[in-house]
Amino acid sequence: MNLLPPSDSVFYLSNFNLNTAGKYMAYAILALGIDLLWGYTGILSLGQGIFFGLGAYCMGMHLMLSIGGDGAYQSDLPDFMVWNQVKTLPLFWKPFSSFTFSMIAVVAVPACVALVFGFLTFRSRIKGVYFSIITQALALTFWLLFNQNSLNLGGTNGLTDFKKILGYPLGEISTQRALFVITGICLILSFILCRWITNSCLGKVLIAIRDNEGRIRFSGYSASRYKLFVFVISAALAGLAGALYVPQVGIITPGQIGVLPSIEMIVWVAVGGRGTLVGALLGAIGVNWARSFLTSNYPDLWLYFLGALFIGVVLYFPKGMWEVSGKLKKVLRSRFKKKRLKEKQLV
Amino acid sequence: MNDFMLTLFLPLIVLAAGILISALAFAEEPVPPSIAQSILDLGDTNRELQEESVFALEKSGDPDVLPVLEALRGGNLNIWMEADGKRRIVMSGDAVDLEDGTQVLPLFEAYGGKPILDAQGKQIQVIEENLEGIRLGRRMRIKLTPMLDRLRLFSREAAIRESAATKVGLTGFAEALPILEQALNKEKNPWVRSALEEALGLIQLSDENPSIRKKAAENLGRIHALNAVAMLEERIQANDAGESEETDIAVKAAITEAIQKIEAWSVWTRTVETIFSGISLSSILLLVALGLAITFGLMGVINMAHGELMMLGAYATYIIQEFFVAYMPSDVRDLYFILAIPLAFGIAALFGLLLEKFIIRKLYGRPLETLLATWGISLVLQQGVRQIFGAANVDVASPAWLSGGLRVANGIQFPYNRLFIIALSIMSVLSVYLLVLRSPIGLKIRAVTQNRQMSACMGITTERVDAWTFALGAGLAGMAGAALTLIGNVGPDLGQNYIVDSFLVVVTGGVGKIAGTVGAAFGIGGINKILEPGLGAIYAKVAILLIVILFLQKKPSGLFPAKGRNIDL
Repeated sequence: MNLLPPSDSVFYLSNFNLNTAGKYMAYAILALGIDLLWGYTGILSLGQGIFFGLGAYCMGMHLMLSIGGDGAYQSDLPDFMVWNQVKTLPLFWKPFSSFTFSMIAVVAVPACVALVFGFLTFRSRIKGVYFSIITQALALTFWLLFNQNSLNLGGTNGLTDFKKILGYPLGEISTQRALFVITGICLILSFILCRWITNSCLGKVLIAIRDNEGRIRFSGYSASRYKLFVFVISAALAGLAGALYVPQVGIITPGQIGVLPSIEMIVWVAVGGRGTLVGALLGAIGVNWARSFLTSNYPDLWLYFLGALFIGVVLYFPKGMWEVSGKLKKVLRSRFKKKRLKEKQLV
Repeated sequence: MNDFMLTLFLPLIVLAAGILISALAFAEEPVPPSIAQSILDLGDTNRELQEESVFALEKSGDPDVLPVLEALRGGNLNIWMEADGKRRIVMSGDAVDLEDGTQVLPLFEAYGGKPILDAQGKQIQVIEENLEGIRLGRRMRIKLTPMLDRLRLFSREAAIRESAATKVGLTGFAEALPILEQALNKEKNPWVRSALEEALGLIQLSDENPSIRKKAAENLGRIHALNAVAMLEERIQANDAGESEETDIAVKAAITEAIQKIEAWSVWTRTVETIFSGISLSSILLLVALGLAITFGLMGVINMAHGELMMLGAYATYIIQEFFVAYMPSDVRDLYFILAIPLAFGIAALFGLLLEKFIIRKLYGRPLETLLATWGISLVLQQGVRQIFGAANVDVASPAWLSGGLRVANGIQFPYNRLFIIALSIMSVLSVYLLVLRSPIGLKIRAVTQNRQMSACMGITTERVDAWTFALGAGLAGMAGAALTLIGNVGPDLGQNYIVDSFLVVVTGGVGKIAGTVGAAFGIGGINKILEPGLGAIYAKVAILLIVILFLQKKPSGLFPAKGRNIDL
């Protein structure tokens, strides 16, 4: 993206900023899902990148097919297939030429994968760090799979060179603006959904599972069903985030969904503050902003920063920045009150 | 641990003894006068005399004339005028640049290959103009190549003899038969004998006499000549007219039988190879997962930086290698690896100790947080190494005494480096077993694992036990890293490639049991190698993950679950 002409026109620059903001908001949707899963239910999934990737690839496939014959090889097939000498469109690509189907798939595919995987793991009461390790292995597996050319998903290069969505060219500022607005609306709706879940009785059960799963089971609740539900919801949110991410960023590769990105997503929530929703949202935006800033200005420092963030947050701010700011507010308020009290007494 | 050190130093002693013996073996050997004359005649301007002396050298049957003729072919054989005007035939080595920019060539004796020394005992080096290269005529040059192959059949080195036999066999000239038979009569080494027999059989397959052809086919089948299958099939392959090269029915039957025999043998060798590579992979997984089994199993600490501790061990090996290359004489250079293993252990253990003291100690009882913090550490370590040593892989050369392999049968070879890793992992498991289950320190470790408060009450300093246990796990990681330099690349990503697999091993094995880790390592490694030929490496890995998930359905706490009444187990 640095290849864009530095602004003799304001157009490109603002477009870039718009895209970046849209990207952060997509990440924020994903972070909400992680917060629901980790912050409220206490399940640490190190494989959220998979669900993000599944949503993103579903969207990417639709966008690839809507290029039509405008690709570099003037073929109806996506360019990379021509390159890999695939003659006919693979069967699983075909339904993605329909926009409606794709829009359902971006949520349904990750949700189904989460349903099957979650059913198997929660049923056998794999939990805690075991669950984290298994999901990480799953993330590695998916990453390996998506890198395979034989899977017909673009291999290491992923899906890119999208041209238009629903007939609107993606390069136009108006399309990008519309996408930005849609992402914003999705974020707000997701937030409302999550808030509704956490405020309901269901939310209370989730918190109870986090605090003492054994007790919940003995009280007659089926903890694994609740866990499965919240796991599927978070996967669906991740898939939605992926689908919103792709048209704004313009590329999806296996590198964006592997083990490292998956665990990076966790740190957004950890930094922002888990179990708060707002914290997760702000954490996703804040950490990603820091990432863009550091990787473009001090590329060597980014991993140190990320590592230090992991260690620092865990050691010193286990509840994240949201709580820190809350405390600060309280401290300030009480000081202010004292001051006023003193003033009153003086009067 | 004393036995451990002894095992480490044993190869060192053997190697030193080997060097001594070979030095004695190279003691002065006079040049046979007829050979000396022939060598001198090589430099003659008379082409006929030159050719005659080449043939004379070949006929001598002396294994030391091979390097002379090889040098002649490579253009490294020269006439050199000594200070007293005597003509001498010498070999020149690779050119050396002097400080003033001139290039000089070091000189070696033509026969025996020893450096030529001046009065002060320094090797003589001359500029190229002082040497006159010996050139052969065109006719002779063409003859020289097959001659060298024949001479190599009598080389001192078994490997050279063997490859020469294979080469002669594949060229298939009937003229080579007598010399092959001569070589076979002299040969003692079973592998070279089998190569010679294979060569004989291959040449005799095109003999005019059907009974010899039949005999050859039977012989090839008997020695399981894997190289001969293509040739055998070619002989009985029917062409468009339904005729094959081989016309005799008895010979045809013998050939078919031989092919069957060889193919049955190759199925067998492949099975053995799969089993061996399965064991090898399992031992690698075991070595990598053992440290994790200690930190995770005994302490409940998820150490995501385990892979990076391995990386530190690998880089420690690299540094020691570089140190040896820079400061040690070249003949002890290969011993660096013996030093590297304990040192890698020490460095990683020390690092683990610091890690425990400053970070992990504060997070006991919060496994998810530990996971995240140690992941952060792993990122910092990776980036640190990337900045110090560069993002590219560094070059760690396996020591020469671990190159090559142990041949157990025709077509089956177990590489020494794999065998070394298998031995190392067996040794590590044994020492960990003894340490944890049969030593006073192990008693304390197990006590703290079972009941921390109670152990503290009984006077065990639980903090110190934690620190040393963690250091042990970290040290094992470092040692695994040093061992991995034998078989893989050493780069900043080294740890990442193993961490997920090793965690799978620990989870499948069940927490807190060394037997579980061993069982899981062999299960996962074995299944991986069985699936790999059919599915390919990537899909085999996917299948492994699925198998692990399904396995955990049956046994959620791994192979050997810890017994207890705690609902959280």
